[in-house]
Amino acid sequence: MILARATSLRPAPLHGKSRGVRLLSLAGLVVALAALCMLSVAIGTREVAWSDIAAALNGQVDSVGQAAVAVRIPRTVLAVLAGAALGLAGAIMQGVTRNPLADPGILGVNMGASLAVVVGIVWFGIASAHAYIFTAIVGAGLAAAFVYVIGSLGRGGATPLKLALAGAATSVAFSSLVIAVVLPRSDIAGGIRSWQVGGVGGATFDGILNGLPFLAAGFVISLLSARKLNSLALGDDLAAGLGENVAAARAVSSFGAILLCGATTAICGPIGFVGLVVPHLCRLLVGVDHRWLLPFSALGGACLLVAADVVGRIVARPSEIDVGIVTAFVGAPVFIWMIRRQRVHDL
Amino acid sequence: MSAAAHSTSLVVSGLSAGYGETDILQGLDLTVPPGRITAIVGANACGKSTLLRAMSRLIQPRRGQVLLDGKSIHHLPSRQLARQLGLLPQSPIAPEGITVADLVSRGRHPHQGLFSGWTRADDEAVAEALVTTATDGIATRLVDELSGGQRQRVWIAMALAQQTDLLLLDEPTTFLDISHQIEVLDLLTDLNRARGTTIVMVLHDLNLAARYADYLVAMAAGRLHVSGKPEDVLTESNVREVFGLESRVITDPTSGRPLMLPIGRHGMVEAAG
Amino acid sequence: MTQLTATLDAIVSDRRHRARRRNLAVGLLVALILALFLLTLSLGQSLTPPEDVVRVLLGQQVPGASFTVGQLRLPRASLSLLAGLCFGMGGVAFQVMLRNPLASPDIIGISSGASAAAVFAIVVLSLKGPAVSVAAVVAGLGVALLVYGLSFRNGVAGTRLILVGIGVSAMLESFVAYTLSRAPAWDLQEAMRWLTGSVNGAKPGDVLPLLLALLVFGGLLASRARDLDALRLGDDMAAALGTGIARTRIAVIVGAVGLIASATAVTGPIAFVAFLSGPIAARIVGGSGSLLLPSALVGAVLVLAGDYCGQFLLPGRYPVGVVTGALGAPYLIFLIVRVNRRGSSL
Repeated sequence: MILARATSLRPAPLHGKSRGVRLLSLAGLVVALAALCMLSVAIGTREVAWSDIAAALNGQVDSVGQAAVAVRIPRTVLAVLAGAALGLAGAIMQGVTRNPLADPGILGVNMGASLAVVVGIVWFGIASAHAYIFTAIVGAGLAAAFVYVIGSLGRGGATPLKLALAGAATSVAFSSLVIAVVLPRSDIAGGIRSWQVGGVGGATFDGILNGLPFLAAGFVISLLSARKLNSLALGDDLAAGLGENVAAARAVSSFGAILLCGATTAICGPIGFVGLVVPHLCRLLVGVDHRWLLPFSALGGACLLVAADVVGRIVARPSEIDVGIVTAFVGAPVFIWMIRRQRVHDL
Repeated sequence: MSAAAHSTSLVVSGLSAGYGETDILQGLDLTVPPGRITAIVGANACGKSTLLRAMSRLIQPRRGQVLLDGKSIHHLPSRQLARQLGLLPQSPIAPEGITVADLVSRGRHPHQGLFSGWTRADDEAVAEALVTTATDGIATRLVDELSGGQRQRVWIAMALAQQTDLLLLDEPTTFLDISHQIEVLDLLTDLNRARGTTIVMVLHDLNLAARYADYLVAMAAGRLHVSGKPEDVLTESNVREVFGLESRVITDPTSGRPLMLPIGRHGMVEAAG
Repeated sequence: MTQLTATLDAIVSDRRHRARRRNLAVGLLVALILALFLLTLSLGQSLTPPEDVVRVLLGQQVPGASFTVGQLRLPRASLSLLAGLCFGMGGVAFQVMLRNPLASPDIIGISSGASAAAVFAIVVLSLKGPAVSVAAVVAGLGVALLVYGLSFRNGVAGTRLILVGIGVSAMLESFVAYTLSRAPAWDLQEAMRWLTGSVNGAKPGDVLPLLLALLVFGGLLASRARDLDALRLGDDMAAALGTGIARTRIAVIVGAVGLIASATAVTGPIAFVAFLSGPIAARIVGGSGSLLLPSALVGAVLVLAGDYCGQFLLPGRYPVGVVTGALGAPYLIFLIVRVNRRGSSL
């Protein structure tokens, strides 16, 4: 059963894509990301002349247009980092759980981080940016462990349906608790609610710098776990037979993913579906070898989030749509399409 | 008991049916002998279950028809059909926490109108079904607690409470160990002999089918390959054509019916090769 | 034939026993609802003596009580009662039809569809009253069809439907969050209604339309109660027993969506009441008979009790949806654990 499921998520055999195709796609993604970043700086709810954009990039903030562009720069950086973190975290979660529907949003991990931050603010009075991030990571870790344990009880281990349901249930539970904790504190309720939607609009370089150590550690640990994930993909028994310490491999890779989505959630609020969609599309491009899949998912996630942020700024002019909402509208149809593709007994 | 049993006829003519775009049954004709036991056999995916489902109107035919006493079952009101033809699907679901007596009472569903209440006749039908299937001793127990064999007898009891002249069963012996398989098939034979109920069942096991059926239907690739008395159907050449299997067929010394012995590449006595 | 007579006696007494248990459970639930209803009417920030409450209900003018009881507490209690009945009945209808306690309208996206339509109608189109309800019902039906259609591939598998529903919900909830965040009058209490459900600010005018919806859609469901019950044996078995599967499904979907959406249009999607009522009712009345009525009653108990708790028993005032959400979530997780262990259905 486990083996059958593992193979069913592979559109291509392990070495199905040639090195050339992969390198070409890699170059393509890098170029696309660079182009999207330029768009993200140039396009916003306010239209700004090219001369002002150039001036702002040189650090001038004299005119309104230049000031608007100056705000877009940290925002773009944050979108790149958050997108890369979420895409990578999604790829790792799908690998660790051997489950195509795994995603930090669907599995309730982002909501766990939110709840932890809210509880920290309201009950324990935490106020520093580092404390937020640390709390969020603890919350994300607890939520991930909780959902995984619930989802893997019973026959067949952690099937897509069981994990998704456990995650959805946990998300609803946590969001009820978030409201219950926040509601009596009307002084901070408004701020928390807007953070809860998930966006990169309020990005500052200071905020990014606070999260950077956590994100960097997460990126390193995650990218180093590619080989472990390749073994895990063969099923626990076979991976153990190949000499992999299955529990340790799971724990280390998950820790990397949790650092990434905890820190991202603390800075941007919960953003769903990036971690679901991106690894899937990347798998179509590069196959299932995690040594390629992980960097691709990071790049792809960055592209998606920057693009979503730009779209959110354009479609609702003069106001803007938070990126978390754009990704839900893009991601949910992909999620549904994936469910339709799965054979019933795999669910 | 059910008086006019022998008069109900079931005829399939030119039936094509399937799921989605593909036809699994392709122009199949079959006349079910009334008052007898018919067993349908064939390789996996040959359309056995599809035929049974089409005969009980669970799927719509693309072409052809199924006639019950000369009338197309697709033109009968559902409740009326359910009073004449019962079906036990392969994996029926017992609601959690339901008692045996309550589950068997569900068989009275087609006999009840929108406003008519539960009657003495309903109770009698249920009691009779329980006694016939020897499940009266467990009538007040929960279905969840029963063993596989007991559970299957309860489902048959439910189909009996429906009081139909025709009973279709889709693999009634799957998931049962061999002693319970025999128990269920004996029970169905009792019903057929005592009440004249026409029984049509899909069976996996060729030898059990040959032993218990009066009439054997062998299907291959959505068509009726051959049908008739077990002695005429279960032959070495038919087994080769339907299952692609070499075999020897001997006469079962315990029943006098044909018994198929498969021939593989190994495990054979030298002389047989 | 003595064996037959003995069996006959046994099954008759078994049936009577089950009926007694069921009647007892229904009676207790009704009594509990009455008690909670009267509690909501008489004991709020101030205590109104029961005789004054009765006099107000009889239409007499009681100084000091007529306004509190008649204008504030009565609409609130009535709305809680009706919404609870609607959520409980509509929820269990879906759970029974799809044979999965997790396939409740609040998980497969119907509640969020109705909620999204209501928010859109109020915030963007500036509609009021019955028009909002109509929009919610239409959207609820639309979402039900969409989820059903998207899960259709050689038939609808329950698991696929639930997952598709989760995806659709996520999208609709984002839509609600976005629309609310752009609403001109950004009022947290009002927003809470559409996020978790609340009976705050209940108006007497809301009661009658919801009662009407309960009668129409609830009546439709009740008329198919026996067929719905047959569906619990599996679609094949139900069809073999003479149930028109397609007809029953359509009637159940229309009836249940109508109930859920009408209630959602007034109170918002009160979290988990639709999901919780059915399994609780099944526990109370046992496995036999239709669960529609017991589940409706359980729903009413949950909303009345949840609202009372949220208002007066907890530190701070919470809308009812926060209370039922916090209550329901552990139960949902318990249920997933149990279903995972046994692979069973409702």
